[in-house]
Amino acid sequence: MAIKDVYQAVLDFEEDSIAGLIEKELAAGTNVDQLLQEGLISAMDAVGKSFSEGELFVPEMLMAAQTMKAGLEVLKPKLGAGGASSAGVIVIGTVKGDLHDIGKNLVGMMLEGGGFEVFDLGVDVEPKTFVDAVKQHNAKIVGLSALLTTTMPAMEETVGALKEAGLNVKVMIGGAPVTQAYADKIGASGYSEDAPSAVELARNLAK
Amino acid sequence: MIIVGELINASRKAIGAAIEAGDAEYIKQVAKEQDEAGTTYIDANAGIFVGEEAKYMKWLVELIQSVSDKPIALDSPDPKVIEEGLALCKATPMLNSISLEKDRWDKLLPVVAGNTDLKVVALCMSDDGMPTSCDDRLKIADKLVSGLTGKGVSIDNIYVDPLVQPLGTDHTFGVEFVNAVKAIADKFPGVHFMCGLSNISYGLPARKFINRIFMAQCISAGLDGAIMNPLDKGMMATIAAAEALAGKDKSSIRYLKAYRKGIVEA
Repeated sequence: MAIKDVYQAVLDFEEDSIAGLIEKELAAGTNVDQLLQEGLISAMDAVGKSFSEGELFVPEMLMAAQTMKAGLEVLKPKLGAGGASSAGVIVIGTVKGDLHDIGKNLVGMMLEGGGFEVFDLGVDVEPKTFVDAVKQHNAKIVGLSALLTTTMPAMEETVGALKEAGLNVKVMIGGAPVTQAYADKIGASGYSEDAPSAVELARNLAK
Repeated sequence: MIIVGELINASRKAIGAAIEAGDAEYIKQVAKEQDEAGTTYIDANAGIFVGEEAKYMKWLVELIQSVSDKPIALDSPDPKVIEEGLALCKATPMLNSISLEKDRWDKLLPVVAGNTDLKVVALCMSDDGMPTSCDDRLKIADKLVSGLTGKGVSIDNIYVDPLVQPLGTDHTFGVEFVNAVKAIADKFPGVHFMCGLSNISYGLPARKFINRIFMAQCISAGLDGAIMNPLDKGMMATIAAAEALAGKDKSSIRYLKAYRKGIVEA
């Protein structure tokens, strides 16, 4: 019985048993923040690394993320009280005119797995909706997704709207046709090519 | 099988670079290879060039037509790009694609309605999002097909794309797609299909293996068109065998032809 078991449960996709494991740890007096960092988040980092190295695949990453989430549900009520803070608040969404959500959902799950508080605005999101959500949740990072070359300009529009609103927010972008060059061109803070690297990027931006 | 050769797509690195460098010879070579491999249409896609897509689309169309008589599939979500490419096409092209997304529907419908010879890919996507179940797809296909036929497009010119979603993100995505092919084929006799099947294997290893078996399943459900790499021998062999097994190849003549061409290997 240790934090190691919680960590291992995420790696083994033990979605049904992780809540029980965490409750036991809590009852034994294990530190909440430590459980989150060394149990859940570290496990998701390991999952992300294996995914990037081609050892794990999308269905496994999803199962791990679901397991982490099941564990997080148990921890969440304790986190506020214990004074532990999240890695940061991120608003994500697929830009206006674009209905693709699979990539965006994967990124959202991995960001949550990385300890971020994620507000997912869904698909076909207007620039103004991003602006409003950033204000409402006091987000420091916005993640924009686009899967079509025709909707990429909506990323630029959204970056513009956030700047115009005078918000001090970093924007990260991604999606099949999106490149680092495009991120530079539209003045986004960064680009990442898959979900685990989006977590890494968000951590750098949150510094 | 109606095959749209997918290789001339700007989002593929070699093609994107060739377009940027104005390398006409490379584009012509890829067009020719696909023609010789037995593609029915040759796809032209200049999608990565935001703001210049129409210009490059026209360049691609002219290059392809300089080496091949095969008709072109004008591949863009932007109706304006499709319209500009269309003006240059010698053989009746396929428009890829219209969908129920309001903007796309409103802008492309007049083009299709004005020229009833055109082949049109009807993508099962609406402003409500992407379909995941057989039912979702059937509902959107119903609106697309009745909307198009209502404007005088003959059912024979409609190529429904039921939209493949990746199996790796939901275990029902394979079976729901196959069921949708069957349901759409049953409901709209004479309608054709067109779709990129390879999205099924996104996020999974050994993608070609899954893609081939999925192709065989879809063909047995009634799929008769795919946008794919016609130089992929394994897939071409799979199609030949699957069509024969589905009773679509009398005396197995096309299967035997594929075998003699060296495409089918045990």
